[in-house]
Amino acid sequence: MLSKVRDKPECTDEVQVRLDRVSKHYGNAAALTDLSLDVRRGEFLTLLGPSGCGKTTTLRLIGGFEVPDRGAVAIGGRDVTGVPPFQRNVNTVFQNYALFPHLTVFENVAYALRVKRLPGAQASERVTSMLDRMGLADKAGRYPRELSGGQMQRVALGRALINEPTVLLLDEPLSALDAKLRRTMQLELRRMHAELGLTFVCVTHDQEEALAMSDRIAVLDAGRIAQIGTPQEIFDRPANRFVADFIGGCNFIPAISRSDGTIIMPECKVSPQTGPEAGRGIVLAVRPHSLRLGTPEEGAIIELAARVSDIVYLGTAVRLVLSLADGLGLTAELGKDAVEKSGAKPGVVLRLWARAQDVIVFDAARSGHDPH
Amino acid sequence: MILTELSSRKPAIDWSWHLRLVAFLGPAALYALVFILVPYANLLIYSFWKTDNYTIVRDFNLGNFARVFESPVYLSVIANSLLVASIVTICAVVLGYALALYVAFFTGMRRKFLYFLMVIPLWTSFLLRAFIWRLILGREGVINSGLAWFGFTDEPLSVLLFNRFSVCVALTYVFIPFVAIPVYAALEKIPPATLEASMDLGASPFYTLRRIILPLSLPGIIPGAIFTFCLSFGDFVAPSLLGGPSGIMISSVIINQFGSAFDWPFGSALAIFVIVVVGIAVALARLLERRYE
Amino acid sequence: MNDELARWSRGLRRSSQLLGVAIFFFLYAPIALLVAYSFSGSRSLTFPIRSFTFSWYVSLADNAELLHSILNSLSVAAAVVPLTLILGVPAAYALSRFAFIGSGTVNHIFTLPLMIPGIITGLSILLLLKSLGIGLSLWAVVLGHTVAWLPVVVGQVAARLRRMDRYVEEASLDLGAGYAETFLRVVLPNLKGAIIGSALLVFTLSFDEVAITFLLTGTENTLPMQIWAMLRRGVTPEICAVATLTVVMSGILIAVGVRADKD
Repeated sequence: MLSKVRDKPECTDEVQVRLDRVSKHYGNAAALTDLSLDVRRGEFLTLLGPSGCGKTTTLRLIGGFEVPDRGAVAIGGRDVTGVPPFQRNVNTVFQNYALFPHLTVFENVAYALRVKRLPGAQASERVTSMLDRMGLADKAGRYPRELSGGQMQRVALGRALINEPTVLLLDEPLSALDAKLRRTMQLELRRMHAELGLTFVCVTHDQEEALAMSDRIAVLDAGRIAQIGTPQEIFDRPANRFVADFIGGCNFIPAISRSDGTIIMPECKVSPQTGPEAGRGIVLAVRPHSLRLGTPEEGAIIELAARVSDIVYLGTAVRLVLSLADGLGLTAELGKDAVEKSGAKPGVVLRLWARAQDVIVFDAARSGHDPH
Repeated sequence: MILTELSSRKPAIDWSWHLRLVAFLGPAALYALVFILVPYANLLIYSFWKTDNYTIVRDFNLGNFARVFESPVYLSVIANSLLVASIVTICAVVLGYALALYVAFFTGMRRKFLYFLMVIPLWTSFLLRAFIWRLILGREGVINSGLAWFGFTDEPLSVLLFNRFSVCVALTYVFIPFVAIPVYAALEKIPPATLEASMDLGASPFYTLRRIILPLSLPGIIPGAIFTFCLSFGDFVAPSLLGGPSGIMISSVIINQFGSAFDWPFGSALAIFVIVVVGIAVALARLLERRYE
Repeated sequence: MNDELARWSRGLRRSSQLLGVAIFFFLYAPIALLVAYSFSGSRSLTFPIRSFTFSWYVSLADNAELLHSILNSLSVAAAVVPLTLILGVPAAYALSRFAFIGSGTVNHIFTLPLMIPGIITGLSILLLLKSLGIGLSLWAVVLGHTVAWLPVVVGQVAARLRRMDRYVEEASLDLGAGYAETFLRVVLPNLKGAIIGSALLVFTLSFDEVAITFLLTGTENTLPMQIWAMLRRGVTPEICAVATLTVVMSGILIAVGVRADKD
């Protein structure tokens, strides 16, 4: 992955944080295996993955809360492996905020300056302006237990930013907020990132959040980076089956690529195409919203007939739960009108197709999700 | 930025972690070593020595332990101590549990007040709570003078004080809060939804008590019962004040060996015996705890 | 449990109510009696009490031996409290925040004196001191009490630490505070309640302790030892008066302790 990133034109950009082949074990369980990652100066990078994929461990390695078993961590060109958190110019917004319960909002935000023994007047000036900026001016004397979730979030941000860190780490920053507030805070974080020009490294398990906020996303799977790229790259050109499935969800249809360049697939018709090496097992990945109803048009690659087993209304769209004759399950998300026109109801067999540019072909042998 | 060969470096052992551990734990660990482990080890060594004509002979032998098990006097004192400890444990667990349950049924300020009432006795002098029973059970105590005043008895009852009964009453009285407080803490942790679920599934309150509340409060009962058993087994205040000749317990005998009898090795052997009993009780409790985890 | 339970199990509640009230009576009637006798006009403590007087309290003030023993008890407790805190608070922190091999065993060793009857702990220290040729004194009593009540501090502080969000400490490190500064600025302030609570508990436990003191004190008497000596001459109203005063003191200390432990 690392070399791939370097080959790109942006590789001349300054690297702010570098993880070089780090491994970390807890007991016998491997949290990270030979992970390498470059975070560029000023970017908003999100570490995304299911729980237990090692994303939080990665963040804690950057923060200095964990020491890697092998490998090295560098921040701003300095090797900081084994350097404790208080000697790194990196600050963290913790999951559940970890505000100091015995200190007021003002004292929480002032903490880093007090530790630095900054003169009182200077410190309170900076804290006051930070509180203003966070919209917390009227909450200065409150204790954390007297604040709402959104307010605590802003105190945590203000506290981490007061020291002007070179990198801001965010550990599931929005997970404790309700859905509506989360959307607002996503935009807020993006705006703040643009204003401050800092490097943000964020951890989340929420793909929507990652897609909405990040400049780049690193998808982690079982302690390794499965793919790293812009949200669009990750979504449109997933590197493997895991990424395709984890981000956006996907149907996987096994098929065989023949030596004559055609693809055969049980129960489906596949147009000839040039693709992976001939004579091998492949997997065709189609996102639910890429399946279309009715007669195939020009450029169709897959045609299939599937029986409807359930119809789920999602509001603007409708999700069809389908099964092929051999039992393979599929889901399709379609416009309400199209579904109504097709007369879909449980038990009915529908014809579906997908365009070539919407289908991703994976090699069956390598694209599988490693069992671990 | 060039960071070649970064990962080939082996991370050093985290000395700061060890240093901090020693700084925080060191003083207390040293104190525990010198004033807990060494004294108990010393006691063990003494128990293998013997006395000859009021001087201690440093000659390894098991005579002290043989003496404990061969003499009917010591065996009966041990039996009495075990009996008293068992009676007290049972009574204190039953009454302490009922008390904790009673307090847990209340809410708000009343509950806080009752909890306060439950805790206060723990903070008052052990000696005081034992000697009160002389006032109550004695020949001229409240019960006897009360009975005489009402004209129920002509002669004061002598069965009340200076026997096993009075020791058990006083120790039960002392140890009820020792059971009630941990049980209350365990009851507090039971989510109300668990009980509602049980009732919702058709269980009666008593069935719920037996099958849900009781098992879930075992983490409170076990430590309470163990404390009560161990501390009442080795108590010397209650038997000295209220025991009389039939209520002699092992600690009085031990004290005697270090006082008038001047047989330190034998006293040490008896003390080791108490430690072994405590150890067995604790081990049994841990076994129980593990079974119900 | 909350009011739902109360609503659900009224039957259980009624039967437990009767028993609960009876047990509270069992716990408090003797103490009430003690207080009543301390005001009894008659020297012989028989029922019913026929006259009332404050003279026993007045005579306490003239009892030089007793006052001296109270001073001794206070001195011992005043030495034991800081010792147990200085040793116990960092130890509790180490035991609950450092996952080191053998931490369970170390914890068990600290807890030993809580399970082993005081008389045995007292004896073992007595033997050690004798072996080393050190004489008995109030200092030996301080030593014994510290051993006995150290687990109280360790237990209470460790319980508070278990409920404390450990990410708060990481946040402090993250914001530039070193380990020592984090302990002083973040950990200690959040342990305030537990520290005050356990200090008060250790104070009263040490103030009232008999078994260890009995073995380790030299010629000096502490208050419980003085009461012990007075009891040989039988229970008198003076003893009841002293006991009443200690109950009042305990009540005040526990009220302070409960208030401190609230946060």
